[in-house]
Amino acid sequence: MAKPMPSEAANEFIPGWEMVIGLEVHCELKTRTKLFCGCTNSFGHEPNTNICPVCLGLPGSLPVINESAVELAVRIGLSLNCKVDESIFHRKNYFYPDMPKDYQVSQYERAINENGYLELPLSKKMVRIERAHIEEDTGKSTHVGGGGGRIHGADHSLVDYNRAGIPLVEIVSAPDLRSADEAREYVSELRAILVASGASDGKMEEGSLRVDANVSVRRLGSEEFGTRCEIKNLNSLRSLVRAIEYEAQRQVELINSGERVIQQTRHWNEDQGVTTAMRSKEEAYDYRYFPEPDLVPLSPSDEWIAEIQGRIGLLPAARRERMASLFASVSAGSTLDQIVTAVGLGLDDLVVAAVECGADPKLALARATNEVASDIGNLSNLTVANFSDLLMMEFESKLSATQAKTVLSKMLESGSGPQEVAKSLGFEALDASILEGLVDQVISGSPKEWERFSMGEDQLSGFFIGQVMKLSKGRADGKAVTSILRSKRA
Amino acid sequence: MTPSTVGLGAAEIAKLVRSKQISAQEVAEEHLALVRLQDPVLNSFLQITDDAAIASAKAVDAKVAKGEDPGELAGVPVALKDNLVTRGFATTCASQILKGWRPPYTATVVEKITRAGGVVLGKTNLDEFAMGSSTENSSFGPTRNPYDLNRVPGGSSGGSAAAVAARFAPLALGSDTGGSIRQPAALCGIVGVKPTYGMVSRYGLIAFASSLDQIGPFARSVKDAALMLQVIAGHDPRDSTSLESGVPDLLSDIDGGVEGLRIGIIEELIDGVAPMVGSAIAEAANSLSAQGAKVEYVSVPAVRYGLSAYYLIAPAEASSNLARYDGVRYGLRVAGQDMNETYISSRTKGFGPEVKRRIMLGTFALSSGYYDAYYGKAQKVRTMIINSFQKAYERFDVLLSPTAPTTAFELGAKAADPLSMYLSDVCTIPTNLAGHPAMSVPYGLGENEMPIGVQILAPALGEVNMLRVARAVEKGSPLIRRKLFWE
Repeated sequence: MAKPMPSEAANEFIPGWEMVIGLEVHCELKTRTKLFCGCTNSFGHEPNTNICPVCLGLPGSLPVINESAVELAVRIGLSLNCKVDESIFHRKNYFYPDMPKDYQVSQYERAINENGYLELPLSKKMVRIERAHIEEDTGKSTHVGGGGGRIHGADHSLVDYNRAGIPLVEIVSAPDLRSADEAREYVSELRAILVASGASDGKMEEGSLRVDANVSVRRLGSEEFGTRCEIKNLNSLRSLVRAIEYEAQRQVELINSGERVIQQTRHWNEDQGVTTAMRSKEEAYDYRYFPEPDLVPLSPSDEWIAEIQGRIGLLPAARRERMASLFASVSAGSTLDQIVTAVGLGLDDLVVAAVECGADPKLALARATNEVASDIGNLSNLTVANFSDLLMMEFESKLSATQAKTVLSKMLESGSGPQEVAKSLGFEALDASILEGLVDQVISGSPKEWERFSMGEDQLSGFFIGQVMKLSKGRADGKAVTSILRSKRA
Repeated sequence: MTPSTVGLGAAEIAKLVRSKQISAQEVAEEHLALVRLQDPVLNSFLQITDDAAIASAKAVDAKVAKGEDPGELAGVPVALKDNLVTRGFATTCASQILKGWRPPYTATVVEKITRAGGVVLGKTNLDEFAMGSSTENSSFGPTRNPYDLNRVPGGSSGGSAAAVAARFAPLALGSDTGGSIRQPAALCGIVGVKPTYGMVSRYGLIAFASSLDQIGPFARSVKDAALMLQVIAGHDPRDSTSLESGVPDLLSDIDGGVEGLRIGIIEELIDGVAPMVGSAIAEAANSLSAQGAKVEYVSVPAVRYGLSAYYLIAPAEASSNLARYDGVRYGLRVAGQDMNETYISSRTKGFGPEVKRRIMLGTFALSSGYYDAYYGKAQKVRTMIINSFQKAYERFDVLLSPTAPTTAFELGAKAADPLSMYLSDVCTIPTNLAGHPAMSVPYGLGENEMPIGVQILAPALGEVNMLRVARAVEKGSPLIRRKLFWE
């Protein structure tokens, strides 16, 4: 395993300093049922309706491991190049109302997946994965009254145990990340891997992926780590970047003013854009880990692991390669960025299929990563056939670029085909003779401009296109107008 | 006047009910009447579930009337230790912390008993959360020994043991974490079995120490105990530690005798026991020899460390198992100014002193910096004990020892000295650490004319041999029986 690359100048956020970041990502597994009981694993139900004696930890109840959760955990391990091995469960003991048993069943000494790595797609940096272990989720607390939705100062708290016992895999990276951007790139690549492996739906907004960031700072060139703080409650890529940058800045300012960073757990306040102390190392829980006596060791056989390997679909790296092969050459830059985006959003299958139907790869990639990406929630409204038809219409100038974008947006909204949408918007391509008539009309109305254009003032083509657009009420194709103008000038 | 079915064994009652010589309802009514009359003195039951008992007895009678098979326990009254959850009926663990809690589900063993035609009479007293050896740690008052009301019945399953000894029911269930079935069985002069760990499902048994807890039967005869064990044993998909191996037929070979069996008396567990207890073991050994067994003394050196290892492992697991009683979701809640205060007040008020002592011991043993020295080391001792037994079982089929070092002591005699109380489990604890089966069989009377128990130990899944030897001990035991308090 290669050592992480030395930090680059581009990562320097405050001259002379660098960040050291390690991430703990909690991923909810998309199993049908919970980790230790038969309750449904789903989001958005009435509070306390998906519960039973086991996930409520009622006296006398016992856990039984869900085999499909183990399989999805193994998929994650294999996708992150981990060693998958025999593992055991431990109890992590601490009191909190949303933990039904006041201990969490987790893996401590021997995790199911250890020592893997993940390659960042843009910088090609290797980030070491220390472990990816199985654990149960807690319930969800809502603190009512007081400030900031936190327990301190709240009037009362409500607890929903529907989430209690939902299977999680916690993926722990080594402290190999050196900037907030790298952290973002890591999480979005990890998210793409988790979705592609079939383990997770990757929905950060629903809490399927939750990130804790361990952040410290050190002077550039220093080999030693600074004192770290762990930031909790990072539920979007935007929060992740903002919180890390705020926290690193805070630490540098502390050190510069002669103070010391205190090791502590901090809470990210999204509204105020600040991190605030939750508890210091001295107040840290003693979790009193010990082996969970109600469960037996997990010993996945080599045959089973091999079977699982066979069930994992194409992972993002392979997907990017497949997309790159659609192009003559891909160098770093916009196409690569678009490929990474397309794979990250799971739009690569759409692009590849459209190209197979004859669409232009560049156009397909551009429309997918812009218009489709901006309305990804309606992706199911878009068939490959409709998408590739639209791309062909644009490519053959039956629609202008602007029109194609509008049509695509409507297609995503309504699920209709491109011809139908174009027709309803009045975007049927103008007949060449009508277009020429419109161009002639504009030329005769603007003789001075035409003279200057004829003398070689090319920038005036914009003026003429605009006029033709106006006359045609936006139905004209700019490219076609340009070529008519050029032919008339000659 | 003694009613007709009171005092009969489980097999006899089931036979009478199946052959329509008596109805299950009559059997239940007779037993319930005795309980109503005599239990206020004994305090073996925490809850008598009359209506449900009569209803399930009627269901058995209906099956008999229709010619359907009512099951091997047809109409047999059964008492349940009150740490087994019963849907809709309070389950207290003899603690204030579970005040008002009615479980929404039923333990696997209880379902099995009901399915086999057993009729549950109620829930019996215990040391709070099964922590104790005298049933004095119950928050609902102590149970008394049915032969001498000034003495303890043993514990923690003292209520179940006393109820069976007092003829309130021919069968009862207990749980055994360090001797909590065998020791009260010995002190009450009845049979008590702790099966191999994993043979009986723990689903619905409120945990004390999960890696040691095992449910088992009480009966007044070895055969009845075997009958009940046969009913409750077997794999349960709801318990990950439940064994997948099938359960052997425990009854067909039970009278097979001990001819040729090799039996070892554990030297370390004879040292220091009460004189009459020691001689009873010697007599039982002689009787087994006379029946054809080869009996010798054997050293199992590691059993000496059992008690020390146990009092780290069991409290450690208990400290975690009992964390959930925090006043948030069910049971007692003593509201405080904030969450922490609510936790503290609820637990301070809800738990008795012995439970608190063990939670503190266990919390300490698992603390960072102490884990290796205490919990870690205790686990190594546990492995040593397993190895030590294994060596003995290379030469012997079963082992023999006293069940308890003394006969039943007086109420209050050890209550102020937890360590001397802990010592009353010195003979039974090593088996739990090993996960092996063991049982207690009554063998005459000892000091203060109180019953003595002989313990028979076997390797994992050695129940068939264990029961055969127990049956032989029973056959050879003195016929003397002391009168019950109500006789």
